[in-house]
Amino acid sequence: MTAALRLGAGLWLAALAAGLAGTLLPAFGYLPALGADGFGLAAWRQLLGWPGIGHSVAVSLTSGLIGTVGAFVAVTLFCAAMQGHRWFDRAAAGLGPLLGLPHAAFGLGFALLVGPSGWLVRLVSPWATGWTAPPDLALVGDGWGLTLAAALAIKEAPYLLLMVVAALPQIRGQEHLQAARSLGYQPVRGWFLVVLPQLYPLIRLPIYAALAFAVSTTDLAIILGPSQPAALSVVVLRLAFDHDATLLLPAAAGAGLQGLVALAAITLWRLGERAVARLGIVILRRGMRGTPAGEMAGRAAGALALLVVGGGSLATIGLLALWSIAGTWRFPDALPDALSTRPWREALPVLAAPLLTAAGIGLAAAMLALAAALAMLERPWRGSRALLYLPLLLPQVTVLFGLQVVLVRSGLDGHVGTVVAVHLLFVLPYVHLSLADAHARFDRRYLDVAAGLGLSPARAFWRIKLPMLARPIAAALAVGFAVSVAQYLPTLFAGAGRVATVTTEAVALSAGGERRLTAAYGFAQGALPALGFLLALLVPRLMSWRR
Amino acid sequence: MLVRLTYGPAFGVRNMILRLLVLAALAFAPPALAQGEDWPAVLGRARGQTVHWNAWAGDPRFNDYIAWVGAEVERRFGVKVEHVRLRDTGEAVARVVAEKAAGRTADGSVDLIWINGPNLASMQAQALLYGPFVDRLPNAAKVDWQGKPSTRIDFTLPVGGMAAPWLMAQVVFVYDSARLAEPPASMAALADWARAHPGRLTHPVARNFLGATFLKQALVELAPDPAALQRPADDAGYAAASAPLWAWYEALRPALWRQGKSFPENEAGQRQLMADGIVDLYISFNPAEGAIAVARNELPPTTRSFVLKAGTIGNTSFVAIPYDATAKEGAMVVADFLLSGPAQARAVDPDRLGMGTVLDVAALPPAHRAAFAETPHPPALLTPEALGKPLLEPHPSWMTRITEEWERRTAR
Repeated sequence: MTAALRLGAGLWLAALAAGLAGTLLPAFGYLPALGADGFGLAAWRQLLGWPGIGHSVAVSLTSGLIGTVGAFVAVTLFCAAMQGHRWFDRAAAGLGPLLGLPHAAFGLGFALLVGPSGWLVRLVSPWATGWTAPPDLALVGDGWGLTLAAALAIKEAPYLLLMVVAALPQIRGQEHLQAARSLGYQPVRGWFLVVLPQLYPLIRLPIYAALAFAVSTTDLAIILGPSQPAALSVVVLRLAFDHDATLLLPAAAGAGLQGLVALAAITLWRLGERAVARLGIVILRRGMRGTPAGEMAGRAAGALALLVVGGGSLATIGLLALWSIAGTWRFPDALPDALSTRPWREALPVLAAPLLTAAGIGLAAAMLALAAALAMLERPWRGSRALLYLPLLLPQVTVLFGLQVVLVRSGLDGHVGTVVAVHLLFVLPYVHLSLADAHARFDRRYLDVAAGLGLSPARAFWRIKLPMLARPIAAALAVGFAVSVAQYLPTLFAGAGRVATVTTEAVALSAGGERRLTAAYGFAQGALPALGFLLALLVPRLMSWRR
Repeated sequence: MLVRLTYGPAFGVRNMILRLLVLAALAFAPPALAQGEDWPAVLGRARGQTVHWNAWAGDPRFNDYIAWVGAEVERRFGVKVEHVRLRDTGEAVARVVAEKAAGRTADGSVDLIWINGPNLASMQAQALLYGPFVDRLPNAAKVDWQGKPSTRIDFTLPVGGMAAPWLMAQVVFVYDSARLAEPPASMAALADWARAHPGRLTHPVARNFLGATFLKQALVELAPDPAALQRPADDAGYAAASAPLWAWYEALRPALWRQGKSFPENEAGQRQLMADGIVDLYISFNPAEGAIAVARNELPPTTRSFVLKAGTIGNTSFVAIPYDATAKEGAMVVADFLLSGPAQARAVDPDRLGMGTVLDVAALPPAHRAAFAETPHPPALLTPEALGKPLLEPHPSWMTRITEEWERRTAR
């Protein structure tokens, strides 16, 4: 067990190191395949001299931060206002389909909702606005990425809520809330002052991951972000796949810069954490218990958060569904003139086998990651956590190039097993962080009691600890599965183009940008993770019901 | 009416003289057509091979076409084709670069790649291609090398038999005749029209090949000395040749969609703006773009295409074999089949691809020629006569410089 763990950790680190070297060496001028073998800062100078690069960094940073703050505020408001309410459980149960939807499909649907020719504009046109043609308004692709930030907030909120739902059983929220109320605190304020400070440490890492993702997202930024100058992630992608292969050097430097931007965002977030904590302490010290009016406002805000996130998500998914079966559908019609099954007739035969491949790879990667994460959590992991989370901070494209060279050299590329292994690079951190805090909060006294009753540590682990952690474990598995299914570049590179999954097929086709077909593919791609999240919510309930 | 979308000279005597000239001017012709005395040996080794054809997969019609090619070559020659679906040809180029970086000399993952322009030039420059192999393909003799010079000179660079021509593409503009009665006849007129109709025109970002093509089309029309564009650009030559382009563009830009501050990422983004009635026309490199979009319910039946009076840029799509390909013989069999009468006739059919053929159809045996005869002709598709003879692509260095300067100018 220990040996296997060491071997696994060693391989994982080696892969990461290869990927990092593949990023850092070209960023500092070393890529012999392109005839670059001198070290220097030329690539960085080229990158920093790139037109509009400062604006690109600013767009990535602000849209990512605003989006994540938005998601966090929406989720906490919703929890504070609705915890214990029947709507809380309903919303939690509805998470699955939202989480499963791939980012590219979500971005397309969101543009179809809020864009100048989107459904919201259509609803009020032309009778209220007088618009018979879509207005020339920057409703999508505005220069500061505000639409992008809104989409990020709506897309990340269900993920954060899932993390909260998984963490809540670890703290005695209701009891503390009762205590706060008996001291005269209004419920919503009491939730923020008493429950949130206990909850927050459990979801801090997932928030950092969401933040790092938000500042480096490519799929959403291409569809919803500004085009010129574009978000940093889009600039890096354009450079990496430019016909001029020597632009891989500034692309590598851009990947490094992307990592720095993610670190900067997390640092800013930590500063914000301290400010908010201080504010909370001031409120507590002054004994400000809140007013009924403030309470009403808080509840209204919670309901509004649910409406915006839930309504926005459902409208996005509904529009995608409608577009995937739409025939002719012109502006300003709110509904299509005709329906057509063509997109689905074209998509399904092509996608049957890639769906199975993706499911198999996803299951294998999620299970392996779960085993590895549990093993690492059970034995104090001496390595730095930061190392584990590094793959989440760097844009994939250039990490993969370095890894690709190693895989090719060892002849490992092009096999399904290699694809699973490379997926682990990105799946393991997510599974680990989905599990880490809940695991750390596990009350050791249960194990002590078990030992007192004569159970061996191994049996106590299997019989007591795992079942009690069923919810976070199921959530972590679902997250890992979803992360694996969504991988595009890692699948393409490690699979040498020979392992076709639903995502490689869907992303390749979306390059043609036909709305109807992209919507159908997006649904097919989202079906697998949605199923995973649904199971993650249902199975632990069934298990506890059985007990 | 024999052929659609043929860019070559008229048939008959003139054509024969031209073809004699081809034979005489071997210096300009591709590597001598050896008619492949070793072709049976190639076919023998190819049997049982699987060709991993890396090809952009954004258009279901191309995907269907590639699937059909796979079925045909398996039936005829026992060669299997796996379509590796790409979002961007650069992904396959990057993979071959990685294989070279790793020192691999055989068993590569890419057997055949759909490529042209800067990607092809880049792979050639870095010696990432296998060949020359085109002279070994029996069907190469049927290519209209002289009438369609872009089959042997891609973006001013000699292909040298390192990539086999496959399809002809040409710039067209797609518009809705219900909204735009009389399309402009030149890039200058296009700018005048845009100023009279602010916000109704856009183009993809210049980092996208089609966005760069929009600017190149204007460059070709406006440059004082178009011949200079066929040579690599130097600083002085670039400044002189591009000055009219940028004067034209700066006058146009405020009249573009979103005042020229925002641009679609690619052709798909443009098509959606068109479908939503936000812009009134857009540029495409596929002559059948408008017809396809109508057939797929994306654009209204009143959609039409036009080209500029002085002509539009055209180029050739190639297939190339990386230096370390595993199934080189199989890849050659596929490349050869792509040049066959049936494969080319299917590519020309607007219900399939609607692209142009690289063959000299007049020289084909009558049985094959019949397949090219009258195909369905949707109104959104221009006749070959209306399409006219394509203009040559400038040297790739022009595209690089224009892209860079556009990014500088539009990044504020």
